[in-house]
Amino acid sequence: MSVEPNRHVVEMRQIVKRFPGVLALNCVDLNVRAGEVHVLLGENGAGKSTLIKVLSGVYAPDSGEVIFEGHPVRIRNPHDAQRLGVSTIYQEFNLVPEMSVAENIFLGREPMLSQRLGIVDRGRLLRQAHEVLAAFDLHVDARATVKRLGVAQQQMVEIAKALSLKAKVIVMDEPTAVLTAHEIDRLFKTIRDLKAHGTAVIYISHRLEEVKLIGDRATILRDGAVIGTVAIAGTPISELIRMMVGRDLKDKFPKLRVEPGDEVLRVEKLWRKGVLHDICFRLRRGEILGVAGLVGSKRTEMARAVFGADKVDGGEVFVRGRGSQIKSPSHAVRAGLALVPEDRKRQGILASMSVKQNLTLSMLSRFSHKGMLRLKRERKVAGEYASLLRISVPSLERWAMYLSGGNQQKVVIAKWLGTEAEVFLFDEPTRGIDVGAKVEVYQLMGELVKRGAAILMVSSELPEILGMSDRILVMREGRIAGEFSRQEATEEVILNCALGGAAFTTKSDAGGEQ
Amino acid sequence: MSEAGLQPAPTEGPRGTAAETSPVRDVRSYRRVPWSRIGLPAVLLVLCFAFGTMNPNFWSVTNLTNVSRQISILALISIGQTFAILSAGIDLSVGSLLALVSVVTAQQMLHFGLWGGILAGVMAGALIGLVNGFLIAKAKLPAFIATLGMLIAARGVALTLSGGMPVVGLPHEFLYLGAGKIGPVPVPAVIAALAFLAAHVMLSRTRFGRYVYAMGSNEEAAILSGINVVKYKVLVYVVSGIFAGIAGVVLTSRVISGQPTLGEVQELYSIAAVVIGGAKITGGVGSIGQTLMGVLVLGVLANGLNLIQVSSYVQNIVIGGIIILAVYIDLARERRR
Repeated sequence: MSVEPNRHVVEMRQIVKRFPGVLALNCVDLNVRAGEVHVLLGENGAGKSTLIKVLSGVYAPDSGEVIFEGHPVRIRNPHDAQRLGVSTIYQEFNLVPEMSVAENIFLGREPMLSQRLGIVDRGRLLRQAHEVLAAFDLHVDARATVKRLGVAQQQMVEIAKALSLKAKVIVMDEPTAVLTAHEIDRLFKTIRDLKAHGTAVIYISHRLEEVKLIGDRATILRDGAVIGTVAIAGTPISELIRMMVGRDLKDKFPKLRVEPGDEVLRVEKLWRKGVLHDICFRLRRGEILGVAGLVGSKRTEMARAVFGADKVDGGEVFVRGRGSQIKSPSHAVRAGLALVPEDRKRQGILASMSVKQNLTLSMLSRFSHKGMLRLKRERKVAGEYASLLRISVPSLERWAMYLSGGNQQKVVIAKWLGTEAEVFLFDEPTRGIDVGAKVEVYQLMGELVKRGAAILMVSSELPEILGMSDRILVMREGRIAGEFSRQEATEEVILNCALGGAAFTTKSDAGGEQ
Repeated sequence: MSEAGLQPAPTEGPRGTAAETSPVRDVRSYRRVPWSRIGLPAVLLVLCFAFGTMNPNFWSVTNLTNVSRQISILALISIGQTFAILSAGIDLSVGSLLALVSVVTAQQMLHFGLWGGILAGVMAGALIGLVNGFLIAKAKLPAFIATLGMLIAARGVALTLSGGMPVVGLPHEFLYLGAGKIGPVPVPAVIAALAFLAAHVMLSRTRFGRYVYAMGSNEEAAILSGINVVKYKVLVYVVSGIFAGIAGVVLTSRVISGQPTLGEVQELYSIAAVVIGGAKITGGVGSIGQTLMGVLVLGVLANGLNLIQVSSYVQNIVIGGIIILAVYIDLARERRR
């Protein structure tokens, strides 16, 4: 390598970042050398994204400092970061789909024929874009319209944009999550070229095999703190996993032991072209079935398909023994299913409706007679559920928008309690809520199974899966890759299965869409 | 507990419900006085007194009767518009629908008599609403586009059916609907008032009404809550069509003929009334009472400006300004929160 190997481009020192109720980063140090691929490892919620958002100017740290090429700097916004030479490529690209590759690369910095009249020098724009693309051997046509490009090529455009900004540090957030094996090879080649030019890459990924292939050093985060920084070549994967997870789970998960009863849900050969393949499983009363898998393994799609929220191309769902074609969520609800969706804000809460109206939305038939609502009764029942779940709110008439995340989640769950639902599909039921509220959600799940309901719980948090499930399904690329009992499941076993054994796991081209 | 004056006990709910033992305090505490409750009625009163001072005739029974008669058509179509906007849609077709209903009512009345004509007119409104509803809920067209197409097409149908000519020769009894009075109150105003009452009950006390708000507040969440959104969306536009149908029949009586040119730009005034009332154009927020306020403000403005002899050209400028101002105030208040 042409550059001095141990020079630090970026040093982050004692970074602290608090969010209401959460200490997201607790005195975090991160040193990144020129020309290295530095991997950030950690479970969901460990603080990886918060850390890169501090580096890229999205969040301001509460304390701590950032040293860039030996000088202390203040990064107040993404523009500051770009000017310093820190470019971030998020999972969702920042590209204008209707514009050409060249226009995207130089967006806001177009070479001008006349500065005063604002006339873009299209010839020079194209030439410069071509130069950037050629320098790193990126196979993208500078004239192509971005929306016509595949995901991999769009990623290349993002990289080219970073390079044209003379980035010294490029942050990549799960860059391979949406790529095929072949595309990953090409991305890795580009990353190696970047290294050779002395560019540092901060790389976030959950795929440890891949990390082994491309990473130089790794910093492991857990619960907002650094566990350690290690040289990847000298550290076995098992050690990396141990550093990522290892913690005491016992009290966080108040698991009730319930003897499983008869079968309430049977899913047979559910498939949706390019998304879900041959999904079969059963669920019994009193059971909590955890569904684990990596981001993009189509767990949410599976739950939505069972609930009738997405169209499927085949398969059957039997609820309480009755075979029924569940064509829509309203069928599903009538059949006795309930869904607590993944994205509370977009799919769960009705922000401009009152807490009371949110609570009763799915059970209005209980208070209506020939379509007329019995408002007094509704109020009473809503009050009962609110107190049952300890939803703290000054008034039930208050808009749900003003509740905390934890209380909103409780509302989204509570609205099913008064329905006929016996099969609960929980998609990331504790995402973004604090530890206290989490435990309350777990207790509620316990109550439900005790009453004879069954729960399917999709979660990205392995401790939650292990702590609450009686059985665990692991999904990979739209298939069920394995099933484990509570006794045989460990984080290692599950991660291994989710990653596809010890082998490199991105063979299928079917996982390309998102 | 009954001696409320002695013990203000603020933690007690208005009713001793199950909430007593819970952390939920059952107190209706509004931190701010909503614009919708106080602001608009205040504006309305100020307008009335201002116009009343400038021209004492404003308060005359004749004038107030006139105002109520004039605004009843706008009131009726604004009710339907409220349903559409609350559900995060819009119904641009209601203006043209007045013309189509008018022509259908008049023509059928010549064939089937008074009640046959009235029924046919309202049915025509419902039918067009049904088509709108299917285009929006089933074919998933944006409401703006579907009803824009219908706005143009319905006018075309009205002109085609009538050959561009007024349909005349309607029975004399039909006049009562538009020109008659019950006591001092004009019949159109009574019809509009009953319609408001019915719509208020529908929106605040029925499942359908609740679902209208839910669709407008967060359609995806509504779907995932098990609401059959397709069905209720179709219903929204049928309701809007029916109210436009009633408005069309009343209007036909007032001009005592079927007129294919009626109702131009009325759809825009109905949208204005709804948003002046304080509904959010993106859905989920608003009420029938607020729409009533919006209609009254527009009606009083038009009437008052006439009385103080402001030219109709200038009236347009004032009313346009008011629409923009009203929504701006709403947004500014929201941003400050």
